[in-house]
Amino acid sequence: MTAPEYRQAKWGYRLLFELPGSTDGPVMPEIQGVPERGLAPPGMERSSVPLPNLTRGQVVRHYVRLSQRNFGVDTGAYPLGSCTMKYNPKLNERVASLPGAADMHPLLPAEMSQGALQVMFELQELLKRVIGMDAVTLQPSAGAHGEFVGMLITRAYFADIGQPERNEVIVPDSAHGTNPASAAQAGFKVIEIPSDKQGMVDTKALKAALSERTAAFMLTNPNTLGIFEENVEEIARMVHDAGALLYYDGANLNAILGVTSPGAMGFDIAHLNTHKTFSTPHGGGGPGAGPVGVKAHLAKYLPVPLAAKRADGTFYLDSDRPKSIGRVRSYHGSFGVLLRAYTYIVLHGADGLTQNTRKAVLNANYVKDKLLVYFPHIVEDALMIQPPESDAQEELDRLVAALLQIAQEPAEAVQSAPHNLSVQRVDEVGAARSPVLRWQGEQR
Amino acid sequence: MHYTDGEPAVQAMLRDMGLSSTDELFKDVPSGVRAKPDIPAGLSEMEAQRRVARVLGKNRSFGDAPHFLGAGMYHHWVPPEVPYIATRSEFLTSYTPYQAEISQGILQAMFEFQSAVCALTEMDAANISMYDGATAFAEAALMAHRITDRAQVLVPRAMLPDRLGTLRAYAEGPGVEVVEYAYDPRTGQADIADIKAKLTDETAAVCIENPSYLGVFEEHAAQVAELAHAKGALSIVGVSPVSLGLVKGPGAYGADIVVGEGQPWGNTPSFGGPALGLFACRKEHLRQMPGRIVGQTKDKQGHRAFCLTLQTREQHIRRDKATSNICTNEGLNALMAIVHLATLGGKGLQRVARINAHRAKLLRERIAALPGYKVPFPGHAFNEFVVQCPKSVAQVNQHLLAKHGMWGGLDLSAQLPELGNATLVCVTELHAQESIDGLVQGLKEVRA
Repeated sequence: MTAPEYRQAKWGYRLLFELPGSTDGPVMPEIQGVPERGLAPPGMERSSVPLPNLTRGQVVRHYVRLSQRNFGVDTGAYPLGSCTMKYNPKLNERVASLPGAADMHPLLPAEMSQGALQVMFELQELLKRVIGMDAVTLQPSAGAHGEFVGMLITRAYFADIGQPERNEVIVPDSAHGTNPASAAQAGFKVIEIPSDKQGMVDTKALKAALSERTAAFMLTNPNTLGIFEENVEEIARMVHDAGALLYYDGANLNAILGVTSPGAMGFDIAHLNTHKTFSTPHGGGGPGAGPVGVKAHLAKYLPVPLAAKRADGTFYLDSDRPKSIGRVRSYHGSFGVLLRAYTYIVLHGADGLTQNTRKAVLNANYVKDKLLVYFPHIVEDALMIQPPESDAQEELDRLVAALLQIAQEPAEAVQSAPHNLSVQRVDEVGAARSPVLRWQGEQR
Repeated sequence: MHYTDGEPAVQAMLRDMGLSSTDELFKDVPSGVRAKPDIPAGLSEMEAQRRVARVLGKNRSFGDAPHFLGAGMYHHWVPPEVPYIATRSEFLTSYTPYQAEISQGILQAMFEFQSAVCALTEMDAANISMYDGATAFAEAALMAHRITDRAQVLVPRAMLPDRLGTLRAYAEGPGVEVVEYAYDPRTGQADIADIKAKLTDETAAVCIENPSYLGVFEEHAAQVAELAHAKGALSIVGVSPVSLGLVKGPGAYGADIVVGEGQPWGNTPSFGGPALGLFACRKEHLRQMPGRIVGQTKDKQGHRAFCLTLQTREQHIRRDKATSNICTNEGLNALMAIVHLATLGGKGLQRVARINAHRAKLLRERIAALPGYKVPFPGHAFNEFVVQCPKSVAQVNQHLLAKHGMWGGLDLSAQLPELGNATLVCVTELHAQESIDGLVQGLKEVRA
């Protein structure tokens, strides 16, 4: 089987600012008497605005052409490890563009935003059950933000129970860079421990690192190499015996959803990534959302606001939480993203989520088995492949065929790749050496 | 299932692998941690859509019930080109552009976004976004702390409480002290005397918003930056992005770091998020900037090309020594912003900004003329202003809702009790003239 050849469009390299234009801009409602001067303090007003003035057609062509020089899940398989590049359901986009979602101001009173508050409340409840936790906040804007919130909760908890000396957070050396960065940003000292030969937590190293100064151990399970930590119960026992909290990084949650849960595995705090497990689009680097779930003893520290329900069935935002770590962003979280995740969970239900997990793990092992025949199992310079459940068998077979074809090509051909994109190899070293970070042509 | 291969493919794959069931793939999961989610069963797409649409139908959207709320997020006109481009699959479903060669489209768009942010704020460098205005503001304060090695920031007391709260949460870890300064009760602008009194050798930055939270342009913004610099502190300025069509960027009056909530550029409010944190700085501080940055470079053939750059600041390289833990940001929202700016063009943005300022001026004059109403701050407003009402703001807004099917401004009375029954009223180019007339009529009907 040979993969069809992919050829990206080439459209030249002009920037928006280099397109010639002389339009007056979109037609605005007729409003009488708008003056050209005197609307701002003297000396502060601009005479002109440094942006080009293009026709709609010029603008749309420019960005459609740029889109053709970009690759997404809808273009082809994108089996990046730990990133869960699954199909992004178009139903999500449809509901998120409804006026009841898009055209809602965050400061509207509860009586005018009951629908939005109901979505938030129900999503909190659904996620609690899906990840086995007792309370969930929807505030964090992405996974790393969720980690930071989890670390602030950890800090608040130990301050509250009179153990502020717990200022160390342990992470495996294989942890994603956000783990140590988030712990450090929350004021913790980061202790890295080595992994064993299989890439698993080295329980001896963990035991040696745990002390009365340990606040938390951060763990991804399945881990960054895609392997389930079989010793998770023992790890949880060790961490709790040391008086510390166990933190779950939800990067790989998609592989266990419906089979086990962070709560069942003994984690105290867990963040998840809606743009991984719950199908919201990656968007070229965001927006994401990183809800955080905690066990009951940590619920009072969650950031404000939380969506809540009254006895009469109406919903409201609860900000009256004295032990809360407070605000971690403006308004009420990335509602538009959360709504897509809510739609995905309502659509799939318990059965659908579990089936997706099984199919995702089947796909991963299927590709692994096929590749194992040809490639030795080494970790150095490895590719992390994560074929999501939404990739059909036909796509997996093509992926395997393509990898095998590459393996058989002469080294020169591989090293000179890419061949069929709008650019060849990009000089990243040069970019960092003499940074050009904005258009430097003449300002109009 | 909805988006996966069917049972025949599953069986074929299992056969191929010599397995009888997918159960065998989960042998590593100990029985003691097994758990199934206790949530309802799934639905068809049409049922799911109906369910979600029904819940959302309980909302009163801007088109259904107009309101005059702003305070950081604004209903502006979003040209139809913006969602049209931003929902193109090649952008929408793409990954973070670590692999530069396959991601030139989004990288160039982000470079254009950075260029537009720099041009409008009059700064040297911008990143491709923080989560929102509040986290951008908090990260700016931490950046000033790193640059100056000082542990105190001066911020306006009159500010969106969410922004102050977020700053406090971010300041906790590094131990940065947040000191509030007053506003001048005669103008609603920064109280220069109070800034002078609180500025010390320990101050890392003086933060100011222009226009202020209370809606007026800061006439002494340049003086605030000078005061900060004289003490060795940085100047952080928060902007309302559409106002940059009317006024100069903070780079023109001494800012070292510029932040803002970028939603008004091409993004709908979406009940508060996803948002768009704007972040720009001077080039001498570039290496302390948080977040992703796109740089221009060349490919092997010498063609113009783009890639993520200066990544040694970031968490995936520097781990616990990174300038920030941010990874996923608001890339698609930044794309919407640049498409918005491109569609409006320089003249369009200027026109929109002027309409906002003109309408705010007219509406403020009309409300000031109503019996029992006062507008305490006389300076130039951008698109919102404070009104003191003859009754509580809650009563005023309930009257507007009951009699006119609309909601007024933001109730400030709990946050700033010294202003009495104060409300922050916002008007933009998107309000229909009859909505504005309806507001004035509704306010007139509420008397002391």
